[in-house]
Amino acid sequence: MRIGSAKESYAADTALFDSPTQRTWLVVFAVALCLFPFVADDYWLYLACLVAINVASTSGLNILTGYTGLVSLGQSAFMGLGAYTVAILQIRWGTPFLLNLLAGGFVAMLAGMLVGLPSLRVKGLYLAIATIAAGVIAHFLFSHFTSLTGGSSGLTVPPAKLFGLELDDSFKLYWVIVPITGLMLLGAANLFRTRIGRAFIAIRDRDISAEVLGISLLHYKLMSFAISSFYAGVAGGLFAYFFRAVTPESFPLVMSIFFLAAVIVGGMGSILGSVLGAAFMTLVPELLKLLVGWLPLEAFGGNAALILSPVRTIVFGLMIVLFLIFEPLGLAEMWRRVRRVFHLWPFRT
Amino acid sequence: MNIDWWLLFEISLAGLGTGGLYALTGLAFVMIYKATRVVNIAIGEMLMIGAYIFFAFSAGMGLPIWLAIPGALLVCGAFGALVERTMIRPMLGESPISSFMVTVGLSSILVGVVELVWTADQQRLPEFLPTKPIEIGQAFVSPKIFYGFWIAVLLITTVLLVFRFWRGGVALRATASDQAAAYSMGINVPRVFSLAWVVAAMIAGVAGIVVGSIGGISSAMGIFGLSVLVVVIFGGLDSVLGALVGGLFVGLVEALTGFYIGGEYKILATFTLLVLILVVRPYGLFGTHEIERL
Repeated sequence: MRIGSAKESYAADTALFDSPTQRTWLVVFAVALCLFPFVADDYWLYLACLVAINVASTSGLNILTGYTGLVSLGQSAFMGLGAYTVAILQIRWGTPFLLNLLAGGFVAMLAGMLVGLPSLRVKGLYLAIATIAAGVIAHFLFSHFTSLTGGSSGLTVPPAKLFGLELDDSFKLYWVIVPITGLMLLGAANLFRTRIGRAFIAIRDRDISAEVLGISLLHYKLMSFAISSFYAGVAGGLFAYFFRAVTPESFPLVMSIFFLAAVIVGGMGSILGSVLGAAFMTLVPELLKLLVGWLPLEAFGGNAALILSPVRTIVFGLMIVLFLIFEPLGLAEMWRRVRRVFHLWPFRT
Repeated sequence: MNIDWWLLFEISLAGLGTGGLYALTGLAFVMIYKATRVVNIAIGEMLMIGAYIFFAFSAGMGLPIWLAIPGALLVCGAFGALVERTMIRPMLGESPISSFMVTVGLSSILVGVVELVWTADQQRLPEFLPTKPIEIGQAFVSPKIFYGFWIAVLLITTVLLVFRFWRGGVALRATASDQAAAYSMGINVPRVFSLAWVVAAMIAGVAGIVVGSIGGISSAMGIFGLSVLVVVIFGGLDSVLGALVGGLFVGLVEALTGFYIGGEYKILATFTLLVLILVVRPYGLFGTHEIERL
């Protein structure tokens, strides 16, 4: 809490954005997001859309892992389910765009609840391993249920249509993907002002006490799985429209690890953390590409293209390890620290 | 229905051969878990590192096999100690999920390093096992799998004996059963943690060399670790006996589904087994019943 912002009513105390400064900056950020497509080139628009999709999926996983304390390595499988649902609906029946996204979300949600069932019996790492199994089985279905999914060659998705306009490039898709992600973030933030969200947090902190307090673990753990995989499904649907192709290889285990890493790097149990983590994890590989491009590798007989992929893998692993050791609360905590310096200035923390 | 019993026998033998290697790697996993309570998902990548170090010594530097294997094992041990000191020690007292994620990061780092140094292409390890096919009755067994199995059996027996009678082994078992009590009896618990990682890395190194000499080495070798994960869950995370039985069983199941249903169903069968065991006996066949149930 900042100095000098005494709350005078309960409404003010539970407000999502509690200070005028915060609201001002959010408006500035929203305006910047609106202006961004007009100044950025195609490459940056592509990145912005990718970041938005990853933010949507990461915030879903953060609800499950960060807020409810259930580790899942199946997020990419749920995304895949959403993406395949959207692709099949769009190809076979050409149903409307938003309806497809919702359907993708719901299919992923059902699968998520199914995978969540073992969470009632096993906890922690056993659960993480059970969700790896879900990912493997989903990959198998994608590549062997050929009549529906097109087998290993996958499906090609026609461009989405909204109000008769074909969304076929990053510029047009940006105006759909970013607002949807924004809505999902707002939903996630609001979730934790309700009984449901508080129940999740109680389960994370101590599940036995939570049950003693009258929180049905069955109900709420499954609900957390459902919400998280709904987010993944919608993100997967956006993914399908964005890349316009869905194959079994689009959703590997590494992708689930990517989302879990984004949650950790961003900050577990923080909506801001999901945004920061997903953006950071998506942009660092691009930054590495620039860096490797600048380095005079050819002079030493190296090949930039050959080195890039292993270096990305190493940096990815290093980020997970270093953040866990040195900043377990993630980028969100760093952000808070910087903010505190400004709040307290000219005093020191 | 007419079953070709010799064929079934042959396939089962091949499965048990692979299963021996699963059991060996599972042993390395269980050792780390018992001593330090870290679920090491990077076990497959540690296997890979062992195989690549051996590759560097034998094919790269041209050392003879009898020198390359101990050399590779020494480097593996040092590597295990390094990992424990730099990544696992700082995570002491953190939630198990954090240390699990550290090993996820470690596996990514190892894959990257291997691709950077040796590229992602498949390589062949120099031959060091006899190549004469083995015949048992009418069944043929590939010599590599046959000798690999016996190496695994030999090593597992050695490790079990050592940890039964050697002082360090007793210290490790004491730490596994009660850390605080072990500490107060004068056992240097952090050193036991180190020891567990060193030994596990060396065991994984041997497994890696054998697995690599059977199927070649590549940066995707770590996939072997996924099956090992199933093995240890099946047998119980903290049970050595479980790792051995689970290893043989999973190897058998994989070989049988691979032959009778199709190679691509192998991993499906393994993970269906995993889901079944999690639903029926979440703590595995021989694991301690310590999972809280609600």
